[in-house]
Amino acid sequence: MSDNDIVKRADFIFKNENDWEEVLTKSLARTPNELINELISSELKGRGGAGFPTGLKWKLTSELKSDDKFVICNADEGEPGTFKDREILSRVPFKVLTAIALCGYVIGAKQGFIYLRGEYFFLQQELKKAISEFEFFCKEIKYDFKINIFMGSGAYICGEETALFESMEGKRGEPRNKPPYPTAYGYQGKPTVINNVETLAHTFTIFKYGAKRFYDLGVQFSRGTKLFSVSGDTPKPGIYELELGMSLSDFVDDFGDDDTKAVQVGGASGFLVPRKKFSATSIGYEGKLVGISLPTGGSMMLFNSSRSMFNVLDNYLNFFAEESCGQCTPCRVGCQQLLKGIKAVKRGEKPASYLDKLLSLAETMQYTAKCGLGQSVANSFTSIVENFREEMIY
Amino acid sequence: MKPIAELVKDLADRYGRQRCNLLPILQGVVEQEKYLSEYSMFEIARELDLPVTEVYGTATFYSFLECKKMGKYIIRVCKTITCSMKGERQILMAIQDMLKIKIGETTQDGKFTLLETNCLGFCHKAPAMLINNEVYTELTPEKIREILSSYLHDKIIGGEHVG
Repeated sequence: MSDNDIVKRADFIFKNENDWEEVLTKSLARTPNELINELISSELKGRGGAGFPTGLKWKLTSELKSDDKFVICNADEGEPGTFKDREILSRVPFKVLTAIALCGYVIGAKQGFIYLRGEYFFLQQELKKAISEFEFFCKEIKYDFKINIFMGSGAYICGEETALFESMEGKRGEPRNKPPYPTAYGYQGKPTVINNVETLAHTFTIFKYGAKRFYDLGVQFSRGTKLFSVSGDTPKPGIYELELGMSLSDFVDDFGDDDTKAVQVGGASGFLVPRKKFSATSIGYEGKLVGISLPTGGSMMLFNSSRSMFNVLDNYLNFFAEESCGQCTPCRVGCQQLLKGIKAVKRGEKPASYLDKLLSLAETMQYTAKCGLGQSVANSFTSIVENFREEMIY
Repeated sequence: MKPIAELVKDLADRYGRQRCNLLPILQGVVEQEKYLSEYSMFEIARELDLPVTEVYGTATFYSFLECKKMGKYIIRVCKTITCSMKGERQILMAIQDMLKIKIGETTQDGKFTLLETNCLGFCHKAPAMLINNEVYTELTPEKIREILSSYLHDKIIGGEHVG
């Protein structure tokens, strides 16, 4: 930690993975229930952004009876501003593989998959090598478990868990209705645990050091550390492991360029926080007592005063309009209309008050869209339009 | 290069003929052909005993499964927010200037196709682009000229391999 670091750094995820064989063997000697309880008491929550308690997810799936169950590692990292999962898979693949196999042990699955986004094709070869070494070791200790890589083909929506199953089943990546949830009805309709790459890497840490070590980091309701992908107007873009619960103003003091106007927390589907709200915002899951807590998949994009928030929003909406799967009307039509709407206001073809209509459209999408993509368009739309209304008009 | 019918059969032998093997097969054809022609979709449908509309419907969903003829090297420049802030436009201009094609077009000799794409996950090293499966980051117009020349002579400079 250098002297000018304000936010607490941590180093678990990328710390050596050389003892994975030991962690695997020792954990396999424990009962599935012990491992689940370890996860539950660590209070680890999903690191993909949604924040579902990981221990509970494993527990729910373990309790179901089924001939086939699956473990899926979600490496379809497509959220703008997120690039941590690739780093994990390239630097400490054995942690992730160990976690996948242990999840399989806990829930009673014999097969695991890594759904890797098409953009990361170049990772495939190294990962395959790691998998064969891993499977070789499993065979040696007589633990029967297989891991396969499934490649995506450039669709953001496939990071949504049920869309990912559809994609793996050879179909269009269109999200399913929930419930039923993946824990009961996942890939091929079988009970499935699907976890983000980083979540799995954290379970390795927890199994290795015990829940307490993890629980002691972070704050109430937001335990442990998290990888942050820092980009935009910052002198030090990159990947950082930080404790959860930090205030956004500390984060900006550490990573900003002294001219930070706003931070987008959680990627295009997250929230834009303007400077005046930095100190009232913390990074973690909901439930913190003071101020606003923003959950995040780890994307932190900084914008300085040279950036036009209209251009930022325009870029996000183009992204959503393209990546919307087109299945449900609120999202398919809503994204297009929001995009057309802000352009019309900017060009003066619509009055400024039209923005209010667009805000109510965004709210409708939040309530009526089928999946997280359509529902979360309102996050960035509303937070940008409300905080930078003048920039939308003039 | 294998004839398409043979390629499809080989891929089906390798991955299986279930519906869940469709994506790897489509990807396998794209890897060789760079795109899915109507003919290849018919062949895949026949081999997997699926309605061809299902194959078409699935293929057209995915942005990396191109359905019109592409060049040997597909350049995909990231246009999402950070890359766009860090000079994506200059990168596109440099490419267009050098190859004399616009976005969506293929060079006369069928060597390059220029496309834009959404977030590649290299925001901390923006601007970034893909050429086929190779990632190039922290691009500048000078770097573009260097990289593209290497492709022009089919002596490819490798891109990013780790983080």
